[in-house]
Amino acid sequence: LNMFGANTYLDDLVKQNVATKFKRTATYCEVCFWKCAAWAYTNEEGEIIKLKGNEIDPHCNGRLCPRGTGGVGMYNDGDRLKTPLIRTTINGEQTYREASWDEALDLIASKMKDVKSKYGAESFALLKHGSPGSHLEHLFKSYGSDTIAEPAYAQCRGPRETGFGLTVGSWIGSPEPTDIRDTKCLVLIGSHIGENMHNTQVQEMSDAIDNGATIITVDPRLSTAASKSEHWLAIKPSTDIALLLAWMHVLIYENLYNKEYVDKYGYGLKELKEHVKDFTPEWAYGITTIKPEEIRKTARIMAAAAPSTIIHPGRHVVWYGDDSQRERAIAMLNGLLGSWGNRGGFYFKEKIKIPKYPQPAYPTPKWGWEEIGEKYPYAEMGITSELIKATIPNENTEHPIKGWIVAGTNLINTVPDREMILKAMDALEFFVVIDTMPMEITGYADVVLPECTYLERYDGIRSATNREPSIALRQPVAKPKYKSKPAWWISKQIGERLGLHDYFDYNDFEDVIKWQLNKLGTSLDEMKKIGVKKFERKSGPLFLEKGQDYEFATNSGKIEFYSDELASKGFDPMPIYTPHPEPPQGYYRLNYGRSPMHTFSRTINNPNLSALKDTNKLWINPKVARILDLRNEQVVWLENQDGIISTFSIKVRVTERIRWDSVYLYHGFGHNDKKLTRAFGKGISDTEMISKVHIDPLMGGTGLRGNFVKILTEDPHKNIEI
Amino acid sequence: MQEEIFVSGRHIPKIDPYLEIWHWEISLYLFLGGLAAGILFFTALFYLLKKENEMPATVKYASIIAPIALVIGLAALFFDLTHKLYVWRLYTTIRITSPMSWGAWVLLIITPLSMLWVFSYYRETYPKLESKLQVFKKLKFLNSFEKYIIKNRKYIAIALIPLSIILGVYTGILLSAFNARPLWNNAILGPLFLTSGLSTGAAAILLFSKNHFERKLISKIDLGLIILELALIIHMFMGMAAGSQVQLEAMQILISGQYTVMFFVFVIILGLIVPAILELTEVIGFKVPVIVPALLVLMGGLIFRIVMINAGQLTRFLY
Amino acid sequence: MRYAMVIDTLKCVGCSDCVVACQTENNVPMGYCRDWVTETVNGAYPTIDLELKSERCNHCDNAPCVRCCPTGASHIVEGGIVMVTEDECIGCGACIESCPYDARYQHPDGYVDKCTFCHHRLEKGKQPACVEVCPTKCMYFGDLDDPTSEISELLKTRKHKVLAPEAGTSPNVYYLIK
Ligand SMILES: Nc1nc2c(c(=O)[nH]1)N[C@H]1C(S)=C(S)[C@@H](COP(=O)(O)OP(=O)(O)OC[C@H]3O[C@@H](n4cnc5c(=O)[nH]c(N)nc54)[C@H](O)[C@@H]3O)O[C@H]1N2
Ligand SMILES: Nc1nc2c(c(=O)[nH]1)N[C@H]1C(S)=C(S)[C@@H](COP(=O)(O)OP(=O)(O)OC[C@H]3O[C@@H](n4cnc5c(=O)[nH]c(N)nc54)[C@H](O)[C@@H]3O)O[C@H]1N2
Ligand code: SF4
Ligand code: SF4
Ligand code: SF4
Ligand code: SF4
Ligand code: SF4
Ligand SMILES: [Mo]
Repeated sequence: LNMFGANTYLDDLVKQNVATKFKRTATYCEVCFWKCAAWAYTNEEGEIIKLKGNEIDPHCNGRLCPRGTGGVGMYNDGDRLKTPLIRTTINGEQTYREASWDEALDLIASKMKDVKSKYGAESFALLKHGSPGSHLEHLFKSYGSDTIAEPAYAQCRGPRETGFGLTVGSWIGSPEPTDIRDTKCLVLIGSHIGENMHNTQVQEMSDAIDNGATIITVDPRLSTAASKSEHWLAIKPSTDIALLLAWMHVLIYENLYNKEYVDKYGYGLKELKEHVKDFTPEWAYGITTIKPEEIRKTARIMAAAAPSTIIHPGRHVVWYGDDSQRERAIAMLNGLLGSWGNRGGFYFKEKIKIPKYPQPAYPTPKWGWEEIGEKYPYAEMGITSELIKATIPNENTEHPIKGWIVAGTNLINTVPDREMILKAMDALEFFVVIDTMPMEITGYADVVLPECTYLERYDGIRSATNREPSIALRQPVAKPKYKSKPAWWISKQIGERLGLHDYFDYNDFEDVIKWQLNKLGTSLDEMKKIGVKKFERKSGPLFLEKGQDYEFATNSGKIEFYSDELASKGFDPMPIYTPHPEPPQGYYRLNYGRSPMHTFSRTINNPNLSALKDTNKLWINPKVARILDLRNEQVVWLENQDGIISTFSIKVRVTERIRWDSVYLYHGFGHNDKKLTRAFGKGISDTEMISKVHIDPLMGGTGLRGNFVKILTEDPHKNIEI
Repeated sequence: MQEEIFVSGRHIPKIDPYLEIWHWEISLYLFLGGLAAGILFFTALFYLLKKENEMPATVKYASIIAPIALVIGLAALFFDLTHKLYVWRLYTTIRITSPMSWGAWVLLIITPLSMLWVFSYYRETYPKLESKLQVFKKLKFLNSFEKYIIKNRKYIAIALIPLSIILGVYTGILLSAFNARPLWNNAILGPLFLTSGLSTGAAAILLFSKNHFERKLISKIDLGLIILELALIIHMFMGMAAGSQVQLEAMQILISGQYTVMFFVFVIILGLIVPAILELTEVIGFKVPVIVPALLVLMGGLIFRIVMINAGQLTRFLY
Repeated sequence: MRYAMVIDTLKCVGCSDCVVACQTENNVPMGYCRDWVTETVNGAYPTIDLELKSERCNHCDNAPCVRCCPTGASHIVEGGIVMVTEDECIGCGACIESCPYDARYQHPDGYVDKCTFCHHRLEKGKQPACVEVCPTKCMYFGDLDDPTSEISELLKTRKHKVLAPEAGTSPNVYYLIK
């Protein structure tokens, strides 16, 4: 009779399990661009079993986010691209045939030569994102093209870099130099940390909660962060600048701003004071719907905590077209509080420079991304959407684009205005996509190259800005599956076929890394053991010392509340609030954001992560649900203000978390490539519904939040299907 | 508005949105177990009361159903196990706190006993079959074994009384032990299932009975059991109505939900009230084809268990 | 020794890292899970309460699943961890029916499976995989019998709850709510 005794069978089983020796290999994550250093565990068969954060890595502190932990699904996904593909026509139908690497690479090289001789190398453009991008960038620059752009600029962070650059003379960059863990007051404006899973930000926000910091969240939706906030300001969408101006009004007119700091480091306070004179909380109330006393109260809290107050710049900040100005207002607010360069505010970041592997100088192209984006004086990187526009044939253009290589970006679900992208792709003479998955974009290419995943390759040494500089190694954890190859190899192969041997003077990228690591005073062997290496700061302390003289990298050397520079170029020297269009009768504002367990469109098919969330839902306020007679789980379709109808349907989630004038859905879903067996047809793509773009006149960012949709309860495709 | 959702990581097959762990096999198993318990109880009882001759169907003929029902029931249970190879594990331990465990043990004992019982009457009740099969001629040792069993029938009967009651109660307790399923979680279920099992047992006996006295007596007994069963069901509802939110919701499934029609039409009306009326008519002295109420009771008993198993799994603890 | 988990709902963001980590650590078959994340929303815009929390087997002191198991496959080991032995389990489903939290499931191979508090890791002196990975560090694991343990401290100083106390199971997963 063994009633509740211990059990030997299981103990044996456990011992077996424990006995299995896993091998661990250092890498860093590529599921998003936070680049957390990780250990990958492989079993005796060499299969990747699990991924864990590297304890000493400042990007993750030993804890990966859900997407990083599920990164093993990127490697295991059976839907991966397996072999090079070349477009052909069989019986009048466009399709792909499998090709050898040699054939595909020869074809690409010959087309690149063609374009170069016919139009110049500049006419071949690179649209890229993530690690493969840097290898191809090297290829393109060697080849003579600087026609390069990535969506992480004009579809993402661009406006904040411009806004902060113009105000405090520094980019925010990635990771953000926000000292969240030591802050006393964290103000999030739309930035939905916790759903936005950028790892250290999430970790430090949690530390801040532990430390009793006050969190103030400005978001029209009850974001996860808002639910953790002492003050949630449920702002009317698109009115943030009014709130920011009102806050500045309170700080200045109630004399709450950091006087000492502003006197020493500020420029143009007088003008600002005059500027915000009428922007009272009462004025802002009418615009933002946030009560004046709430505006005053939160301003006082920020001031009381200053300089340990962070008005977070956000990251995906291309909203309404006046985004650089909104970001400038945020930077100014931080300036008034003295957060820049103070503990609990923004620290002075530092990174280590990775020595450049010996190579000849790049040729100088006649034009490139800068010329294409000329209209936007503060564009500091290529503007994806402008490169795409330049691809659509136009008689007068001086910058015709004829060929693309797209690597690591799924433009179809990334860049708004699908019609424009389709037109551009249609006009291309030659189009290559390098990807790991059969995503929407791969379906338009002439040649598709299968890159192996980040777990199967070497990539550049990670060096990013942080409190302390550090480097991290990525090396192959397992052999590339199928016939996939790393981007460095692809670039080198194409380069050699173009006669650019001198630029690729190594056998294996490992040689490059070895050389660089030796120069950095370490070695590949050491890095394989530790994965991450930290270095001492060389640029001085993290924060300003009391009364320290400091020159900001602006024209005036100070924090510019007033910008002569902007005034001279005909822009508003100080941010102003302009009303934005509101949803017409029967339409709702399309709001979107991150699902914490997914990265954009890239992880939706990942077996581990799709098991967590395999579709998005349409968040609808109960009031709207009542008016439209919608129920939870009901299947609906969307039609936007331009008559664009969603390809797929979506299920309704009736929730109080969203306003009655908006609907909300997670970005990245709604894949329409049938080869994605888990992701195909699940939910609606927000990008598909975004056809109206509000362009930031300063830097060309594509504001995405000015689109309106109506909800269709009948299948709009019913009658079309024949 | 209140909203409760899974952010991730559920929708597990057979668990969400409601349990589908136990299927018709378990309902059948509980039904057959109750039926066998009922038959064996009356068989043993009337044997001990020395009514062997007045009530041949009860003591001799109907008992054949018991081992068959038990074997089919066990087969059904086995069929519903998902890790079948390890079924022997049931018999390496006795778990006092587990109804399933003592059910398994009771079945292990009662099934062979019921077979022995049938065996002991085999030559008497099935002479034609024996003359064809000639088992006793072929297997000589059976003769002395038979003698031995017949001599000890009394002891078998004495053992069968408590065992059949345990088995009958067990079919109910198996469910009522589950705190987690509000519909099942009430103490009435044990007596209720026992009563229902006895009633189906009596009904099965009626099908075999050709003798007026026996029929009348068993009908009377069954009528009493049905009335008791109705009372217990009413009691069950009253208990739930006075219970927690989840129990109230559980009750709704039976009285105004998915299983209402099945429960009221097939279990209450056709399975209890109609046969009760018919049996009453019979008891008063009118002639009723006894097969009708008997079959109705059996059908009602089976559907009752199907309803309870399925509806019970629709109910869950709110937290 | 009495193992318990304490989860701070004020910090959990519902990211579900705990769910994936468990999956890869314990080789949980696709479509199943040993832990999951729930969201509860109360109130009306813009006065709303949102609670996110990670749930799993509560390793109940008074575990109905252990009580009703006919073979002893479900049992309690050192530290109060409720375990299931694969090759003693017959797959009768009684334990699944008995759990008020629906914390168990039938493994595709037939036996019943659920959270083990990562028993195999505890043996090596490590924390459960979900606890170790949680980016918000909102999960704590330790010994309730040790009054100086982090979890004992937290339960002493912070307001907390368990799930379905009225089920009478005495759960060992606690949620900090203030
Ligand atoms: N509507 C809408 N549009 C948006 C956003 C939004 O929220 N809503 N967000 C914007 C923001 S902030 C950003 S940063 C951008 C991001 O935009 P993208 O970086 O384009 O995002 P993904 O859709 O994930 O596309 C990544 C592509 O890279 C592939 N890939 C993944 N790993 C590798 C690899 O190792 N090698 C190669 N060669 N390919 C790989 C994937 O399969 C996928 O096709 O999107 C922007 N666009
Ligand atoms: N899990 C996960 N995390 C990610 C990514 C991912 O793909 N997945 N991508 C990473 C990348 S590249 C980026 S750029 C970041 C983006 O992350 P964030 O910069 O945090 O994202 P945003 O898109 O700016 O913010 C979305 C929030 O803005 C709110 N919002 C909408 N309209 C308005 C408005 O008018 N005013 C205000 N105040 N708020 C509004 C929405 O309700 C939503 O809560 O996330 C990063 N982190
Ligand atoms: S934040 Fe997550 S997805 Fe991004 S690099 Fe880190 S672990 Fe990977
Ligand atoms: S990993 Fe942590 S923060 Fe994320 S859902 Fe689980 S408990 Fe919550
Ligand atoms: S939570 Fe469920 S499975 Fe876990 S011990 Fe408690 S009753 Fe058993
Ligand atoms: S399914 Fe397995 S663990 Fe559960 S009660 Fe039955 S034998 Fe025990
Ligand atoms: S303790 Fe281990 S088994 Fe339990 S949920 Fe966490 S990771 Fe899974
Ligand atoms: Mo981004």
